[in-house]
Amino acid sequence: MPVIFELAEAVIQGEPTRVGELTRQQIAAGVAPKTILDDGLIAGMTVVGDRFRVHEIFLPDVLLAAKAMYAGMDALRPLLVRDGIPSLGKVVIGSVKGDLHDIGKNLVGILLKGAGFDVIDLGHDVAPERMVQTAEEQGAAVIGMSALLTTTMPVMGEVVKQLKAKGLAGKVRTVVGGAPVTAAFAKEIGADAYGFDAGNAVDVVKGLVGGR
Amino acid sequence: MNEILTFSAAEVAPAREAVLAQLGIPPLAALPPRTEGLLDAAATLFAEHVAPVGVMSELPPEVFAQVYHGEGRNARESPLAIIAGRAEHLALFAVTLGQGIGDALSRLFAAEDFALAYMLDAMASVAADRADETTEGRFESALRARGWAAPDGAALRYSPGYCGWDVTGQRRLFATLQPDRIGLTLTDSCLMQPLKSVSGVLIAGPRAIHRFSPTYDFCDRCEARTCRNRLVALYTSLRS
Repeated sequence: MPVIFELAEAVIQGEPTRVGELTRQQIAAGVAPKTILDDGLIAGMTVVGDRFRVHEIFLPDVLLAAKAMYAGMDALRPLLVRDGIPSLGKVVIGSVKGDLHDIGKNLVGILLKGAGFDVIDLGHDVAPERMVQTAEEQGAAVIGMSALLTTTMPVMGEVVKQLKAKGLAGKVRTVVGGAPVTAAFAKEIGADAYGFDAGNAVDVVKGLVGGR
Repeated sequence: MNEILTFSAAEVAPAREAVLAQLGIPPLAALPPRTEGLLDAAATLFAEHVAPVGVMSELPPEVFAQVYHGEGRNARESPLAIIAGRAEHLALFAVTLGQGIGDALSRLFAAEDFALAYMLDAMASVAADRADETTEGRFESALRARGWAAPDGAALRYSPGYCGWDVTGQRRLFATLQPDRIGLTLTDSCLMQPLKSVSGVLIAGPRAIHRFSPTYDFCDRCEARTCRNRLVALYTSLRS
């Protein structure tokens, strides 16, 4: 089996030590960093995402794979920066002001990184102004917002409003999610998209970035 | 009734199936040994760090009405306003699993040990629910011990942030209940610290008072529908 396939398989199996070793081995062999990233690390995570989507594997397996991928990225990141290879895009994520629930948002961040995005995680209880300002300063393509409380959902609408007021609507796209959030609510507040779960949110973000 | 509640770790320790369900894993799913290993590791961490404690304080309806009104930001109409008006007994409560669990979770996330972190988080979330349910049971028992004769009676909990009770209601609730005596505090944004904590009101009365149709404005925007699940559990529970 070619080493790059072994690398993808090690990601799928959630073996961080092996992934780190194989990534360094590929770097030493002169394989292009972008190839290692796309055909090894991201290819492995893509299989994991597909299996998760059809309930062939479950969340712990995805998280073990994500940790394994990070081990590869730690070795690869300096080379990607050196070669000026861009990520799929920057995504600012956070649980909205007044909401302390961030376990779902964290999962979205882990999966987005696994898919090849740069993720700026602002944590929980994030004010609309901070989300918008960070996206503007960092040149983010997408803001991802999470809420678990019906009472904090309206804050998502405030972020959309502020983006429009700053002339950033269309440049910075918005995706919303969280247990009480619906596609209808996303439409009502003018968000660009709705992610019904963490895996779907990654697909949605890919769609938003690809559609720019 | 105004008392500190203590719980043993065993009282709040969640069932394996409940933890897996919290992670979206079906009960009959075949798990790889590494997932079983994560469950065991999370259970060990949970037992090491959990320190469940609570506080419960009965209050008259007129005082609860002020607590519920909070800063005047509740939904114009909410089921809680109606249910509380039909209550036979009311008590504010707060329970926490303690800072240790939150610290352990932070350490796991910082170490990018995501799988174990999520397993422990799921365990703690289920445990917090178990502490709530235990508190409901203790409220009922205390009422019955002093002669509450309601054959079909039951207590159910409601929390700020849900069902039209604005999360800023936490401020008045905390000022009245004073859960800082169990180490529970509120941030400027009305978030509780430690993280795995729950506060709210316990409403006791005939089971029927808790029934309502989810037709409020905020219900349209809610897909969680945990209110329905709780109501079903209330009617199917063995609590008497």
